[in-house]
Amino acid sequence: MLTLDKKLDIYRQMITIRLFEEQAELLYIEGKIFGTFHLYVGEEAVAVGTCAALQPDDFITSTHRGHGHCIAKGADVKRMMAELMAKDTGYCHGVGGSMHIADVEKGNLGANGVVGGGIPIATGAALGCKLQKNGKVVICFFGDGASNTGTFHESINMGAAFKLPVVYLCENNQYAMSTSIKYSVAIDDISERSKAYGIPGVTINGNKVLEVYEAVSLAVERAREGKGPTLIEAKTYRWKGHSKSDKNVYRTKEEIKSWKARCPIQSFRQHLINDEGIKEDILRNIDVEVEKLIQESVRFAEQSPEPDLEAVRRMVYA
Amino acid sequence: MPDRVITYSEAIREALREELKNDPQVFLMGEDIGIYGGAFAVTLGLYEEFGPERVIDTPISEAAIIGAAAGASLVGMRTVAEIQFSDFIAIGMDQLVNQAAKIRFMFGGKASVPMVVRAPIGSGTGAAAQHSQSQEAWYAHVPGLKVVLPSNPADAKGLLKSAIRDDNPVIFLEHKLLYKTKGVVPEEEYLIPLGKADVKRTGADLTIIGYSNLIPKSLQAAEKLAQEGIDVEVLDLRSLRPLDTEAITKSIQKTHRALVVYEAPQLGGFGAEVAAFIGEKCFDDLDSPVMRLGGLEMPPPYNPRLEKQLVPQVEDIVNGVRKLMKG
Repeated sequence: MLTLDKKLDIYRQMITIRLFEEQAELLYIEGKIFGTFHLYVGEEAVAVGTCAALQPDDFITSTHRGHGHCIAKGADVKRMMAELMAKDTGYCHGVGGSMHIADVEKGNLGANGVVGGGIPIATGAALGCKLQKNGKVVICFFGDGASNTGTFHESINMGAAFKLPVVYLCENNQYAMSTSIKYSVAIDDISERSKAYGIPGVTINGNKVLEVYEAVSLAVERAREGKGPTLIEAKTYRWKGHSKSDKNVYRTKEEIKSWKARCPIQSFRQHLINDEGIKEDILRNIDVEVEKLIQESVRFAEQSPEPDLEAVRRMVYA
Repeated sequence: MPDRVITYSEAIREALREELKNDPQVFLMGEDIGIYGGAFAVTLGLYEEFGPERVIDTPISEAAIIGAAAGASLVGMRTVAEIQFSDFIAIGMDQLVNQAAKIRFMFGGKASVPMVVRAPIGSGTGAAAQHSQSQEAWYAHVPGLKVVLPSNPADAKGLLKSAIRDDNPVIFLEHKLLYKTKGVVPEEEYLIPLGKADVKRTGADLTIIGYSNLIPKSLQAAEKLAQEGIDVEVLDLRSLRPLDTEAITKSIQKTHRALVVYEAPQLGGFGAEVAAFIGEKCFDDLDSPVMRLGGLEMPPPYNPRLEKQLVPQVEDIVNGVRKLMKG
């Protein structure tokens, strides 16, 4: 059971992701962020509900759309913003950028620029945890597009065969760049593929943070008990374009509107107010605090120095 | 006490056994490496000795093997992955090149991936185009990887132990024709540092620079040439990345002539890098142009006569040296 404090944390994290992403988009439009990134707006409940089910020292692997996972796993938004602005104070000293933010100390084994690229790494991390008998669990985030890569099959099969402590979490946001999942697979639910590997599979509403939390909690418990992986498909929707913005030529305005009406943050907010009796003021205060934090992160990033070439060259080898 | 002589594959197995004993974080994974002992029997007996948690048979999933090796190493293990034939590394190339090699850099120097990918290279076994290649130049082109190719049993053991203890991903390529070759290997523990070339034969007239199976061939060629009064030095690079440019420079300053030999297709092979280095940095020391002797520009053919013609043989090396000495 989630305590009220924890639920408020969940709200705070979701709003942090939303405001971070909106700020990042703004900075890009203003020309203050040079490189590419992929926004997580609309999918916040998946990362937050998932990471709420973890212990602090459990691991995750993330994706190219990774800001939400980072924040949910406890990343410092100042260092994230600094990384997006390619500064030395960023998580990767400004050499990784959005697609490579990692925070190994907090159990975040990194975003990934290759679709499906993190699935073998998560599987190996789970193998390492099993061999070390450290009781840790690995969450492997990937998207619907990644479920069509070879590493998806190779890794889940291996994870299942070896009963590794890993949860394969597919964020089905309906589109692999412009390609609809309805076009690219012949099944209704990606979770059906779990049958092929002999592991449990479940499709959940990825816009309901408590539903995500419940499903992941069960899967994590199973993994921790040595019973092996679960494939969870969280159905959600990417509000923004694939990378930064796009012209949305592959989907209709009506479709986007219908998903926006199912905003994961709005619905959780209503739950807190209606079912938990939280006063709106409390939530509004959180919003204000988070907005302040995001602005601080921008100032921190802007005032931070650029990385130095010689120092960066020394990072290639251990 | 007489010197102990063992084979190249026994030396590799000894290195694996010692490191498995030394460090509980070390484990092996790969296809058929357990009871079967690996396609070339290198890991024979290790499964029985260390059990299924230290010597892990995997499904045929090269991308997952290499990626899982990286993931396990990222959380503190020292993973030694065997890819049955180096040709199959291509299947896991993204995990090797885009993931393992770059993780440390991408994460701002805050993680390390202490893993070794062991794989057999080379032609000469009639295994044809998909089981006989030497693709070391691919890996050597990637900052973040280390690339090691031992040419004899003693080097194989000392280099592999260093590779396993190294905190970076190391590609350790074993030539199939070397597995049964024998050599003196000390019984006491020793390490050979990565990135250090070794003069396998000292000479005054010309340096043959190579690695892996071309070293025994070059040594044979050197013996023949000695009968003609040509005194050849043989420099075994052992590691391509990091590359021991100091050893190359030193040898060229002594002999003033260089023949670079390698089994891979000549165009774009690693020998081209060595030749370019000598041309750039040792030009004033040269008495004749640097010559490359690489493989032919075709995939390895099945036919045994053609397969021999594909890669430099002792006679080709002898002829190459003669030509250079005339120039």
